[in-house]
Amino acid sequence: MASTPHIVVLGGGSTGAGVTRDLAMRGFDVTLVEQGNLTHGTTGRMHGLLHSGGRYAVSDQSSARECIEENRVLRDIASHCVEETGGLFVKRPEDDEAYFQEKLEGCEACGIPAEVLSGAEARAMEPHLAEDIDKAIWVPDGAVDPFRLVVANAASAVEHGARVETHSEVTDLLVEDGDVVGVEVEHASGPGLRVHGTEGGREEIRADHVVNATGAWAGQIGDMAGVDIEVRPSKGVMTIMNVRQVDTVINRCRPKGDADIVVPHETTAILGTTDEEVDDPEDYPEERWEVDMMIDTLSELIPALEGARTIRSFWGVRPLYEPPDVGSTDPTDITRDFFLLDHDDRDDLSGMTSIVGGKFTTYRMMAEGISDHVCDRFGVDAACRTADVPLPGSEDFSVLRDYMDEFGLQSPIGRRSVERLGSRADEVLDTDGPNPVVCNCEAVTHAEVQDAIEGSGSDLNAVRIRTRATMGNCQGGFCAHRLAGELQDSYDEPTVREAWDELLQERWKGQRHALWGQQLSQAMLNYALHATTQNRDRDPADAPGSVDFAAFDAGPADAVDHGDTDRAGDTGVATDGGRDGD
Amino acid sequence: MAIESEVVVVGGGLAGGFAALAAAREGADVRLLSYKQSTLAQASGLVDVLGYTPDSDRPAADPFEAIPSLAEEHPYRTVGVDGVREAMAVFDEVADRYRGAHTDRNALLPTHGGTIKPTARYPAGAAAGVASDERDALLVGFEALVDFDAPHAAAHLEAAGVPFDVSGATIAFPGGLAADAKVTRYAKLLDEDAPVETGTGATRRARSALASAVQPHLDGAERVGFPAVLGDDDPAAVRESLETQLGVPVFEVPMGPPSLPGLRLEDDLYAALDAAGVSMETGNPVVDYEPDGERGSEGRIASVSIDRNGASIPFAADQFVLATGGLVGKGIGSDRERVEEPVFDCHVPHATDRYEWFDTDAFGDHDFARFGLPTDDDLRPLDARGGAEFENLRAAGSVLGGYDFAAEKSGSGVSIATGHAAGAAAAEAVR
Repeated sequence: MASTPHIVVLGGGSTGAGVTRDLAMRGFDVTLVEQGNLTHGTTGRMHGLLHSGGRYAVSDQSSARECIEENRVLRDIASHCVEETGGLFVKRPEDDEAYFQEKLEGCEACGIPAEVLSGAEARAMEPHLAEDIDKAIWVPDGAVDPFRLVVANAASAVEHGARVETHSEVTDLLVEDGDVVGVEVEHASGPGLRVHGTEGGREEIRADHVVNATGAWAGQIGDMAGVDIEVRPSKGVMTIMNVRQVDTVINRCRPKGDADIVVPHETTAILGTTDEEVDDPEDYPEERWEVDMMIDTLSELIPALEGARTIRSFWGVRPLYEPPDVGSTDPTDITRDFFLLDHDDRDDLSGMTSIVGGKFTTYRMMAEGISDHVCDRFGVDAACRTADVPLPGSEDFSVLRDYMDEFGLQSPIGRRSVERLGSRADEVLDTDGPNPVVCNCEAVTHAEVQDAIEGSGSDLNAVRIRTRATMGNCQGGFCAHRLAGELQDSYDEPTVREAWDELLQERWKGQRHALWGQQLSQAMLNYALHATTQNRDRDPADAPGSVDFAAFDAGPADAVDHGDTDRAGDTGVATDGGRDGD
Repeated sequence: MAIESEVVVVGGGLAGGFAALAAAREGADVRLLSYKQSTLAQASGLVDVLGYTPDSDRPAADPFEAIPSLAEEHPYRTVGVDGVREAMAVFDEVADRYRGAHTDRNALLPTHGGTIKPTARYPAGAAAGVASDERDALLVGFEALVDFDAPHAAAHLEAAGVPFDVSGATIAFPGGLAADAKVTRYAKLLDEDAPVETGTGATRRARSALASAVQPHLDGAERVGFPAVLGDDDPAAVRESLETQLGVPVFEVPMGPPSLPGLRLEDDLYAALDAAGVSMETGNPVVDYEPDGERGSEGRIASVSIDRNGASIPFAADQFVLATGGLVGKGIGSDRERVEEPVFDCHVPHATDRYEWFDTDAFGDHDFARFGLPTDDDLRPLDARGGAEFENLRAAGSVLGGYDFAAEKSGSGVSIATGHAAGAAAAEAVR
């Protein structure tokens, strides 16, 4: 071949990042283009369940087999992104006994380790389970951090020579004579790491092949080239609790239904979900009933949820796809399989492949499939290695070290930092200067924040997903300004202020769905801290026009009338008859 | 047999404190019941009266002048401009380490994030930092104290257009404090002026070591600002020795929680309550009340009871003041369905759909910020039909509704003014 084929991958979710890594490892020249942050779309809005396959063991056994296979791969290559929680399918008295048996047999048929527990045994494992739970099936479900996983894939891709462009929206596909030859993108700011507040730029990126991995947005990309990709976006709500009521994934053992899963995650637990088709992946209603249903229905499994504190809710859209001739009316009936659409074969449009459908747990397998396809196209003979080569951070991961002494951190802080960073802990935490905690709720230190800024630029929401800063109980109430301060060394003040504002708004967005009880108190406290103590709601730096400083108090006479040096000692002292002035 | 007082005040923050003080000064026998530490530790320690009127993004120069333009349900309209002035006069007498009383005008104070905010009274320790003072300033931060990034705050202040040059420097705080030391540790080192080891290995007193570390950054600055950690017991002495050694005035920049200026104000308030002879019962929550007569047809409260390790202990009085705070202080509670006042179950107006309690913008017009009790002209909480909930109950401070202290910057002023008015009225009713 004359030169290395250049592939442009559209979409910075798990699939796009996975494809970028895979192709880069196989020697392609790859550019990843993402309209927002990495994980901006569906990937950043899921409950973080690492499927064992148990969920599909009755309805879709081929998916179930793929899940257990990839579950094992991810535990291996992404150990610092995965918590091996295990999972339970619990049966309430009113749930169907026959289905319980089918589930058990399905797991066995698909090679998913499964074990039946009595209600008492299940409660011994998870004491908050409802008293009337009959029995349960244990399976190797897990929790996975989608942010960390995608960032690690992107980092690995970059190590293999890929270019990753976030905050770069595709504005057009370049089509010449029925051949896609590249994309036109609008960078929200200059190329490279995002910098706010500077002039953005338009760029034509020419490519030998374009991979459309934009999930729920795939249809919009297709429209740019006049091909029809019928993605059916389906929304689901997730509600975050402030503590882990359970340490095991809890699934309800019934055929299908809303509000049937609780996934423990770091310090939180995530309740999910609903499944409802929407027209537009970016504009759909986020409704009160959905949040209420999560709490009310899942309380049947874990009664403690009823009075527990929720910290926010968020919605994601599944990029469901089914071939045109199937025609399901209920989105829960649509397969979770993925489809590779070769537009040359399908639409007489060469130079582009779309990937639609699928699920997070099998992202690597999907990426392998697409990469094989691309290799095929270009006659490249290179084996896929993504199932064997650990992701950055997971190469030599052990949590058994004594981080308290090693990095001068308090034990729980060191432990959590190291769990997040995996084998990158030394690189990040070994700093000469002091390394104070910036986000107390999630135990995120200065060094970790600086590392994230180095990786993602001035966007504090990108720093957030890399570190978990602001994702705890206070939702940024106590640390948003600290994060802004962390940007100060690298960026100018207006850039810092814009990132700070964006972070405050983003943190508010999800909290709105948790505003009662303690979280409403927290919201009022946050509002008071930001608006009263810091005056960020009416920040004079943001307000139009200047403040007439001369109209305000210039200080008490004893602080302004004296000479420069001798007044110093007088500002607080000897102005009062009684106690000293301060 | 309940413990008898003439006036019982429930709540120990600014509102409860000034209510108890006013009642005691009128000669009433007063008992103050307070549960946990007040929210003063979470406040900056600045005492705002009114920084912004609802329709303006420009800070109000004169808070008293702006009061008559507020909505009718605003607590300031109930106590009136004279009531606010009278209460602030008491504040000025009690909190003699505060400044700002020499003028009706608000001062603009730098905050730890680098904004400026209008406030009516500020600690003497912050006085040299006011933003209308045109002397050039240096801000000093400590590298392990993440709440105050001095270069960031300086750049932000310049963006706000302050009429002076300001720069920021980050230094190591002498004394080898751990990276996550509490602010009280900084304050204690300076209070004690303890010997510390400097970078060169020599031992020096903390204040002088700090001044020496700042000296190279002075560069002509005519005043120096530090995060508000300059002493807890004796901040004036700490500041004075820094000023003497640096040769320029020194000020503190108010910070978020835990706030030493807020805690110092609480100390002053409790000293004044002591001096006025107020009996204080702290550490246990008020959980219930007994009506004077049949429950359900209650016109008066006979007693309130605290929960002490499961035992219910009643406190009887002739008059009661409710000053339990708002959503933050838990004087107002809520669940998915409703908003409530937990002690007396007083009426709290609110939309039935909780999605109407907030605005979609973080700094939008939030209904929840105005949650609280409506009152009559005598600060007596009103029921849903507009009648007084109890004949002998008044409310003060953040438990009151109808105003958004965060947007207005009026929290302390409303607490002081309504507390003072409620306490004085309670004492008068006893006579």
